[in-house]
Parts: sequence; C-alpha cells; structure tokens
Amino acid sequence: MVSFTLNEEQEALRRTVEEFAKGVVAPVIGRHYERGEFPYEIVTRMGKMGLFGLPFPAEYGGMDGDYFTFCLALHELARVDSSVAITLEAGVSLGAMPIYRFGSAEQKNRWLPELVLGERLAAFGLTEPGGGSDIPGGMRTTAQLDGDEWVISGSKAFITNSGTSITSVVTALAITGRTDGRPEISAIMVPSGTPGFIVGPEYSKVGWRCSDTRELAFSGCRVPAANLLGERGRGYAQFLQTLDEGRIAIAALAAGLAQGCVDECLRYAAERTAFGHQLGHYQATQFKIADMAARAHLARLAWYDAAARLVAGQPFKTEAAIAKLTCSNAAMDNARDATQIFGGYGFMNEFPVARFYRDAKVLEIGEGTSEVQRMVIARQLGLRAGPG
Amino acid sequence: MNIVVLVKQVPDTWSERRLRADDSTLDRDAADAVINELDDYAIEEGLRLQEAHGGEVTIVSMGPQKAADAIRKALSMGADKAVHVTDEALRGSDGLVTSAVLASVLGRTGFDLVILGSESTDARMGTLAAMLAERLGVPQMSFASKVETDGSKITIHRQADYGYDTVEGALPAVVSVVEKINEPRYPSFKGIMAAKKKPVETLSLADLGMDASQAGLAASATQVVSFANRPPRAAGTIVTDEGDGGAKAAEFLASRKFI
Repeated sequence: MVSFTLNEEQEALRRTVEEFAKGVVAPVIGRHYERGEFPYEIVTRMGKMGLFGLPFPAEYGGMDGDYFTFCLALHELARVDSSVAITLEAGVSLGAMPIYRFGSAEQKNRWLPELVLGERLAAFGLTEPGGGSDIPGGMRTTAQLDGDEWVISGSKAFITNSGTSITSVVTALAITGRTDGRPEISAIMVPSGTPGFIVGPEYSKVGWRCSDTRELAFSGCRVPAANLLGERGRGYAQFLQTLDEGRIAIAALAAGLAQGCVDECLRYAAERTAFGHQLGHYQATQFKIADMAARAHLARLAWYDAAARLVAGQPFKTEAAIAKLTCSNAAMDNARDATQIFGGYGFMNEFPVARFYRDAKVLEIGEGTSEVQRMVIARQLGLRAGPG
Repeated sequence: MNIVVLVKQVPDTWSERRLRADDSTLDRDAADAVINELDDYAIEEGLRLQEAHGGEVTIVSMGPQKAADAIRKALSMGADKAVHVTDEALRGSDGLVTSAVLASVLGRTGFDLVILGSESTDARMGTLAAMLAERLGVPQMSFASKVETDGSKITIHRQADYGYDTVEGALPAVVSVVEKINEPRYPSFKGIMAAKKKPVETLSLADLGMDASQAGLAASATQVVSFANRPPRAAGTIVTDEGDGGAKAAEFLASRKFI
C-alpha cells in the first residue's frame, strides 16, 4: 500500500524545524532580507541542531538521517524563508555531498566534520557566465597540471555560499584536457583564500536576498594536485547524480514556499476585513486559498514520491524532474495569488508574502530551468531531439 | 551529578485555552499540548550542567498519557531517561498534591539537583519549587538566571526587578529557572532517533505507595470555584486635538501613571 504519512521520527523532525523556523527565523529574517545580509546567526543555530548533518553518517558528525528527512527540513524552513533554506540546500547537496561521495578519506576527514556541523560552508562551481545546463559543451574554465599543482583559469557565475566568512572550500569543475577534441572535465577543490582565487562581490538579486551568491574568478590559481575530487575526467559524470538529487531538494523548498503562502493567507483572511466582512468570508478569497492549498498539497506529494524513490534506491530521474517542475509552478502560482490576497500589503517588502513573491521566480530557473526539466522528462519518455 | 528536571505539559500559550464547564479544571482537549516554556530552559540548564560535570539527566513529569509527548521531546533534547507519573486519580491536583507526588518520585530517583521552570504557563502558581524544597528538606534556589556548581555547592543569580541577588547553597537543592538563563536547544534528528530507545518508567499512584484519596481535585487544598472569561477589550480613548492635544495626551498618560 502506498502511503505518504510521515513516521513518528520524521514528524518530530518536521515539527522541530517548523518551531525553529517560526521561533528563530521568522522574527529576524525580514530585516536581514531588507539589508541583503547573510544570516550567520541563524546558520550557526541550524548547524547546532544538526540540519547540515541530516543526510550524513555519524562517522563524520552527521545525523544518520537520509535525503528525505533533509528535504523535509528544507520544506519546513521554506514555509518561512527561502534564503535560509537555499543556504542549507546548497551547503549540503552542492557543498558537502560531492566531498562525501567522491572525496578520498583524507579529503573527507579534512573538510566534512566542519561542514556537517554547519560551522563552515562549501560551494560548488559548475555554472559559468557563458553557460549553465549546456555545460560541459560551453565550459571555459581550465585547469592544467604543472608539476604537482593544478593551475586554474576561468570564471564561475551564480555560485551559492561561495563568499561567506565561513566558506572553507569551493569545488570547481574545469577542463583538464581534451581527447579527440572532447573536453575532459574534472572537479578540483579550491580552499577559500587561495592566491589567484578571486571572490566577486555579492550579486544584487531580485529574491533570495539573504543567501550568498557570487561570481568567482580564477587567475593562475594554484592548488595541490591532490585537490582533485574523485576521478580525473569524471567531474561532470560524478556531478549528474548531485543534479538529480538537487532537483528534489529544490522541489521540496518550492513546495514549502507554496505552503507558506497558504499559511500566511489563512492568517490574513481571518484578521483583515474588507467591505464590512472578514476577508476569509468571501468566496473569492476562499476559492483562491483552496486552489493554493491544492497546489501545495500536490507539490508536496510530488517531492515526497521522488525523495522516497531516491531513498529506496529506485530510479528517480523522471520523478525528480516532474517534482521540480510541479513544485516551482506551485510556488509561482501561490506567490502570485498570496500577494493578490494581501492587496497593497502584498507589495510591501516587510510582508512575508512579498518575500515569497520575490523568491519564487528563481525556483523556475535554478538547478535546471523548467524548460530543462521538460527536456529531461521528454528524454525519459523516449522522445528524441529532432534536427534543428 | 544526578540531575532531575521536572517537566509539565501545558496547553500551547498561543492557542485558545479553556477551563471545563463541569469542574473548572483545564480542558486539555481544547488546545495543543506543549512543554511548559520555562521547562525548556530547565532542561537546557540540566543538559549544560551534565555536559560540564558528567552524570545523568532524568526527566520527571506528572500528567495524563499524552504527557508522554512532552517527555519524548525532553529526551530528544538529550536527557537520559524519564519517569512519567500518570493516574486518572491525579486529575485536578493542585500544587500541594503535585508537590507531594513529585517529592515521592524524587525520593525514588534520588537527586543532587532538581531543576524546574519558575512557573507553568497554565496555572502560573509559581509555588512548586518552594513546596518541593520544603518537603524534601533541601535549599530552595528560585528564579535563577545563572547557575554554577562545583558538585557540592551551588551558586545562582536570583533574578529580581532591581537586578539579581547572588545566592549560595549546598547540594542537594531545588532550583527554579527563568528564561534569561540560557537559550534552549532544538532537538537534532539524532536526538529524536535516540529518544525512542531511552527508558521511560511509568508510575501510578499505587506504585508510589499513595492512594486515590490523597490525590486529585478532592484532596487538593485549593480549588477553582468559578471563573470568568476575560472581558473583550474596550474601545480606546480618542483624544481630539483642538490645539491642546499634547496636554490631553499627557494628562491621559499621567492618569494611568505612565508618566
């Protein structure tokens, strides 16, 4: 029998993160958002409660949880704020996970313990100013072996968590050679502060304003040959699973935002009066909120299914793409409806729904655009690209 | 150090709370149940003292079956084991009866230090620490905003309106804490997973050598005889400014002793 009921421990974790989001994040995040500040204090506390260690084993200080429980935490955080949720998402699935999965014993022992505790953050550099999902074809960053050092040149764009004061390392994908004209791509770890590794200023973003996103430049940046992460030439292949998993995480985050819109509107509909009646008494409001709740529900089921498949060791590529597409649509639709229900206040930055509106758009873009999700789904269905 | 933290399950402060119409006791079905907020600080302080001095943290809670949820949460925060006193005959017990029952439990568990929140958010009596200390014949250290111990002696900052008193006593002792004392931790997933394997001893009144006549509403020294809902908020006072608005506003504030 198929069931999407959380077990007792999952429900306890969900409730704990919900309480944390309401008690610790909600009261201060608006001010951080306004100023575009990275919420160090919140990240420290998330680390202390083990959120960065959720999918990792106790051996490295992790919580012995799994990817589903990790996504559950993202969902609950995103009901209140997406910036902290994406900081956790990127810190775990892009930062620590590739090191855990492909790192040598030495690399894992050196980097993981601090990352798992949220005391430090790691970032992953795939996207470049000239290309995102069309990497590897469009990749320009190169790394050449010179004696026992890699010399890295190039740049990366939109890299989350790459420039905080607690960022310890960025894993960059770079072309390390060519065979028959085809690029050989490898993953190389570049510790923060390495000469020639230039961290750009923060972007001014429409949403996710408390998350740290930067452009990175490598100019003759030298790191030891031993900083190669995983196999030489397997950098992109290794990263593919990370991408598929990351889609589920972003889906969970988007579903959380969609639910957050419902939460906010229910509260507002009970408080606000218009034309002499409570807003929630008007069928126009009720139908909107009912539609929003339905979208949030379906979104949640979509990522539950994809995450459950992942955890069970079943194929999940199609379901992950469907979840990402469905959940980001729900987030956009709900954010639009929520701001509408809030009227003028919905357009004011100090109201959470305004933050949701600004944060929703990137969910259709990051970790594979909605178009890329459709491409993935179509390929999985056996549809092939035609000429031109 | 053998640390016992007393935990009470209460209706969520943020939900609508009601008394029962029939016997004026708390309507426990009307609101979500949570750990009494100040007890979170007591648990945190117990865990910190354990981290510094070793030993064990035992949670003791008296309450209905459902209080097992509060106990589970305390265990997921890191406490080692728990005792749950539950008995239908306990319903309606006031502070005096509660203190007798808890003193009896503490006699069984033994203790170097008993920590509890300085009051519960439902009854708000704030008398349990004193009653327990009296029954157990140990020092009462109340309203602590800071606790230090060397294992035989205990020093607290007793929070007051004017600042704090530094109070010293010998262990064993009973300490009640205020919210200034620390920042309670949130349970980690590892803590949540570990909690279900931790021992919880369930005791009835009979297990404590007490019978039903010594507990509950009938045995209580105090009873709620009637209650009234808080009156709805009255409309505010509107001061019309006819050039003397400032003076009128000041007059209003002065009449309420704000200035």
